[in-house]
Amino acid sequence: MTSALLVLEDGRVFHGTPYGAEGETFGEMVFNTGMTGYQETLTDPSYHRQIVAMTAPHIGNTGVNDEDPESGRVWVAGYVVREPSRVVSNWRANRSLDDYLKEQGVVGIAMPGTRALTRHLRERGAMRAGIFTAPAEPVEDLVERVRQAPRMEGADLSAEVATTEPYVVPAIGEKRFTVAAVDLGIKGMTPHRMAERGCEVHVLPAGATFEQIMAVEPDGVFLSNGPGDPATVDVTPLRRVLEARVPFFGICFGNQIFGRALGLSTYKLRYGHRGVNQPVQDVRTGKVEISAHNHGFAVEAPLGEPFDTPYGRAEVSHVNLNDRCVEGLRLLDGRAFSVQYHPEAAAGPHDAAYLFDEFCEVMSRAQA
Amino acid sequence: MPKRDDIRSVLVIGSGPIVIGQACEFDYSGTQACRVLRDEGFRVILVNSNPATIMTDPEFADATYVEPITPEYVEKIIAKERPDALLPTLGGQTALNTAVALHESGALERYEVELIGADFDAIQAGENRELFKGIVAKVAREHGLNAESASSVVCHTMDECLAAATELGYPVVVRPSFTMGGVGSGFAYDETDLLRIAGAGLDASPTTEVLLEESIIGWKEYELEVMRDKHDNVVIVCSIENIDPMGVHTGDSVTVAPALTLTDREYQNMRDVAIAVIREVGVDTGGCNIQFAVNPATGRMIVIEMNPRVSRSSALASKATGFPIAKIAAKLAIGYTLDEIPNDITKETPASFEPTLDYIVVKVPRFAFEKFKGADQTLTTHMKSVGEAMAIGRSFPEALQKALRSLEKKDSSFSWTGSPRPKAELLDESRVPHDGRLRTMQQAIRAGATAEELFEATNIDPWFLDQLFLLDEEARAVGEATELTAEVLERAKRHGFSDAQLGEIRGIDEARVRDLRHALGLRPVYNTVDTCAAEFAAKTPYLYSAYDEESEVPYGEREKVIILGSGPNRIGQGIEFDYACVHASFELSRAGFETVMVNCNPETVSTDYDTSDRLYFEPLTLEDVLEVVHAEQQTGPVAGVIVQLGGQTPLGLAQSLKDAGVPVVGTSPESIHLAEERGAFGRVLAEAQLPAPKHGTATTVAEALAVAEEIGYPVLVRPSYVLGGAGMAIVYDDATLSTYMAAQEGGHPVLVDKFLDEAIEIDVDALFDGEELYLGGVMEHIEEAGIHSGDSACALPPITLGSNDIKRIRAATEGIARGVGVRGLLNVQYAMSAGVLYVLEANPRASRTVPFVSKATAVPLAKAAARVMLGSSIASLREEGMLPATGDGGTLPLEASIAVKEAVLPFNRFRGVDIVLGPEMRSTGEVMGIDESFGVAYAKSQAAAYGELPTKGRAFVSVANRDKRAMIFPVRALADLGFEILATEGTAEVLRRNGVHAKIVRKQSEGPGPGGEPTSVQYILDGEVDLIVNTPFGSPGQSGPRLDGYDIRTAAVLRGIPCITTVAGLAAAAAGIQAIVRGDVGVRSLQEHARALRAAGA
Repeated sequence: MTSALLVLEDGRVFHGTPYGAEGETFGEMVFNTGMTGYQETLTDPSYHRQIVAMTAPHIGNTGVNDEDPESGRVWVAGYVVREPSRVVSNWRANRSLDDYLKEQGVVGIAMPGTRALTRHLRERGAMRAGIFTAPAEPVEDLVERVRQAPRMEGADLSAEVATTEPYVVPAIGEKRFTVAAVDLGIKGMTPHRMAERGCEVHVLPAGATFEQIMAVEPDGVFLSNGPGDPATVDVTPLRRVLEARVPFFGICFGNQIFGRALGLSTYKLRYGHRGVNQPVQDVRTGKVEISAHNHGFAVEAPLGEPFDTPYGRAEVSHVNLNDRCVEGLRLLDGRAFSVQYHPEAAAGPHDAAYLFDEFCEVMSRAQA
Repeated sequence: MPKRDDIRSVLVIGSGPIVIGQACEFDYSGTQACRVLRDEGFRVILVNSNPATIMTDPEFADATYVEPITPEYVEKIIAKERPDALLPTLGGQTALNTAVALHESGALERYEVELIGADFDAIQAGENRELFKGIVAKVAREHGLNAESASSVVCHTMDECLAAATELGYPVVVRPSFTMGGVGSGFAYDETDLLRIAGAGLDASPTTEVLLEESIIGWKEYELEVMRDKHDNVVIVCSIENIDPMGVHTGDSVTVAPALTLTDREYQNMRDVAIAVIREVGVDTGGCNIQFAVNPATGRMIVIEMNPRVSRSSALASKATGFPIAKIAAKLAIGYTLDEIPNDITKETPASFEPTLDYIVVKVPRFAFEKFKGADQTLTTHMKSVGEAMAIGRSFPEALQKALRSLEKKDSSFSWTGSPRPKAELLDESRVPHDGRLRTMQQAIRAGATAEELFEATNIDPWFLDQLFLLDEEARAVGEATELTAEVLERAKRHGFSDAQLGEIRGIDEARVRDLRHALGLRPVYNTVDTCAAEFAAKTPYLYSAYDEESEVPYGEREKVIILGSGPNRIGQGIEFDYACVHASFELSRAGFETVMVNCNPETVSTDYDTSDRLYFEPLTLEDVLEVVHAEQQTGPVAGVIVQLGGQTPLGLAQSLKDAGVPVVGTSPESIHLAEERGAFGRVLAEAQLPAPKHGTATTVAEALAVAEEIGYPVLVRPSYVLGGAGMAIVYDDATLSTYMAAQEGGHPVLVDKFLDEAIEIDVDALFDGEELYLGGVMEHIEEAGIHSGDSACALPPITLGSNDIKRIRAATEGIARGVGVRGLLNVQYAMSAGVLYVLEANPRASRTVPFVSKATAVPLAKAAARVMLGSSIASLREEGMLPATGDGGTLPLEASIAVKEAVLPFNRFRGVDIVLGPEMRSTGEVMGIDESFGVAYAKSQAAAYGELPTKGRAFVSVANRDKRAMIFPVRALADLGFEILATEGTAEVLRRNGVHAKIVRKQSEGPGPGGEPTSVQYILDGEVDLIVNTPFGSPGQSGPRLDGYDIRTAAVLRGIPCITTVAGLAAAAAGIQAIVRGDVGVRSLQEHARALRAAGA
């Protein structure tokens, strides 16, 4: 069997065998702790330029189907698993994960040390890495090449993953609202969740201006999730939306941009939250929701008390109970809010789906 | 929101004796609950009739009642203790049913006791199938979820059943309401099946209700463990997938966690449904489990059932994930919310999260069909396994192979030696679910079966089938390798192959494989069960081995003691041994050692990561234990390994461990050998001048007949290579002896002992430190000799032995302890016959009766034993106060309460098996009745084990000739109490001649009378009899009277009527019934008993 290497920028090397496409790949090394949903994870644009390691050992058991992808392609830069499945077992599957990765040109590695890798990243933080399925050079040279790969800090990646042309997701059933959704790396489930609630969703390219946003005459504006460093994003369009008092909802990257628009800063977490079991508490109700996460950056904001912003008083609405990280922001008047996690939950539990209802209520109030 | 301050005292109901379907998982959950409640400052009142539980240790509750778990007794306890609340969700179906009965009788209202954890309506909604179906339909309708129930009809009569089956179409599933472990359920393929199964089901259901359901046999089966708090926060703790598809009870299935063959969409739908259902059912706080079936071809999902309480699966899920469901459930019940409770493992994150695993957990059931000749061995919806083992690995193959070797049963692991049997035969066998089906399938793969053929035969998911093919390929790679290189070995070890398996495949010794592996530096690492797939650092060391990259064993300064547990529950080795291991761990930790537990039984308290300083969830094989010892020696000083508390499993490893240089503390392996090897033990007895029954050894029929002639009939025969009474028989004549010998496997010697008919059997547990003997307790069996001590009821203090007898017993026990060289516990079985005290056997280890003795005498024997093993003297333990300052279990005052232990037998699970007690142990558990008088204590033990003894009605008596004289007095006592006596002709004659009026009933072999007079069996089946006395006679294989007895006893089991099979038992029962009729039955806590004992000067 041929061997493959996973090389980290700090020189740690893991041995394994090639999985998916052959070749080499570079990216930020992160781990995902979800036990289900590999197909959704692979196709989530927020994983652009990241090599994703799955902590669950058996991956690929249910193969790949045409219904579950979150976008038109696989976005991860590389894939690290422990025990790739040799067969496909699911009534909806139509091909194997291995074939899918090959077809999409995604380089991966199957290796025993996924837990050791996770512990390493937990202790040392996310870092750059490379997968080499037929390494010809000495390891030191590979480490050097990993170190030359670009860092995630300062990376402006939305444009690389977002749609270039606007498109419309029609409302399912009766249309109640028009939503302008700026695609920073949007997942397919997100407009679907809005459409289910009677929203006609106009998905706009990442660089959409305030004028382009307002051109669709939105009842509400939405900023999606997406890859990269939020510090690179121009917050002017969102600030103007807020000034115009148009209802706003943001998810993940959208939450970070909302935070920056409010004058808060963002920072990089040591190793991020990636999984489907994170406890988030809604500080207004005290209720805990189990939520899907995929973020390496977070917003810095005062917990426990409202603070002033140019658009009125705001507060941290949701807190992660594991590390007290900010998971949601809202203006006290309720017209604009955002969460750091994924209420569309694909993959992941559906506990936070109520947030889409809240968005609709806000739009409904604004219409009245 | 903090805990409730409006309740101060809580009554916790345990689950009673270990039975199939309700084992020590409820001791684990109850113990956790009691701990939590006491830590939170509540007064805890506990009732559990099972003395072998940790939860009934006096320090776990303020008032511990070892009393029958019946509504009557629990009401007495409530009246006396007046608790504010009752927590019924941690004691299995027994506790739940008792709580329901107390609610319905109005007792809870009368005494103002609030049900916490689940209220009455929630229990009804979860348990009543019609209500539950309505809930599933509502959830699907109102939440737009993909959820449905199997089409079904609730029936209360046989006519309704027949009509419903016609409507649904055969096969149909029969499920009685309110029974545990699937008692009375099954598949009916036609009307004959239906009459049989539904008839029994209607009887078994306390509400005379069964549900007939469309068959979903062969579908994929899943289970989710759910927790909810009073703020309506809900988390899914664990998903479990059954490898055996629908049709096999989940307790009998090989299961895996997490679920491995669902996409996220399917899993999330299941999660949504589970949450919506638990909300709708109204389980306010606590844990529950919910089961699903999925059609593999279409994904159609059916909600099968939910249990609004902690279950066997919750124990498994807790061990599998590190999320302590019972402990958290107890905290939620007293008002906390999930986010207020810290995650025990990480200490820094809250309990309001869903564990994620980076390993695979496999649970395999352990069966005991060899003990129940004639039982149907097909696995069905009716649970038959007596125990289970769990294993953790970094991959499914690794976990599966570890789990299979954890079963410690011959042929439980996959094997690649010899030629497989023909493929067609193996495939055919695979069609029918049975113990070891995966191995049958593995052999079929060797014989050339394809994945398609196996799927067609079993409906097991193709992913799991492929894993079996993968193992086959790996095994062949090992076999074909030119040599065992590091690469070959490492690959094999990652797939879970043991050194023994590799040796088998390569045709070399296990030890050679191990030496080679060690020479190559190839050892497992130990990963932490951390609830979070390494996302956060784990503070609690709960470890499993894997051939992976980094070991996570923490370094320790303190001297370590490694305690080997007892593995999966089986008949003869159960919770009693876990009790001893847990006690040793508690005590040694207190005494300053770092305690390390090794065990693979997910049901137990010993595998709670809170019990010891470190827990290794590992198989108890030599290889796995040696690796744990090595890992521990690498990280600090190891004082030694304890092998004498976990039963035969660790004891069997003693010599090999010592040979490998591992320090074994307590009785040395050489001393163990002295007690276990017959010749050596004979010399010990000779030296101590103690008699044993005459005996000999035979390998042929002729030899056996010669031995029997020399020592005289009856003789007790048993193969020399088995333990625990397997294959034992009492033989009365040459013909039977010849048949027995002819049936033995060739070459193996058979031990032939003189059987002491009508002797009194005595069990002794003692402690010896090399100098002093502490007699823990002397137990007198109620049944005469010949019945396995584990199946016999016994009384402590002995009721017919005088102080001179006990003096002799003490001297004999001390002689054996010295002769063998015991350091720690010793169990000796004696038989007293015609004034002679014979030694039957001695076991230099903790026995099954240690917890019973400890509770009855209020002395923690196992704790003291652990200290003695680590060098403390009995004198010093007396000084410390751990043992009484003077006297011991042999010098109990005359005022001491009498404790009766009764065995609980699983005959209702194995229809068709003769219920007569014999030398082979078949009980799964035990109960204790304790009172000042023997009669009441015995009556309590019966009430706890089988249900109340009847106090009026009809008693049917049919006894063997040898018992006719002895039965007169107790039967007359029954008649005097107002019982109408029915008897077969011979028995009736004797009774009448002695002035007891008895109505003659026809024997079964005589058939109904000319006027249609029913036979005895018919009387019983018609429910006309309240108490049965039937002692067996003759020998197996005969017709006539022997068979009559068999039919009588089978009918008794079918109708659930108390059936006494010995005269001694009859005498005890008569005394008990007298006591109940007199009405002087009270309840008393163990703490009160202990105070009384101390006051009496013990």
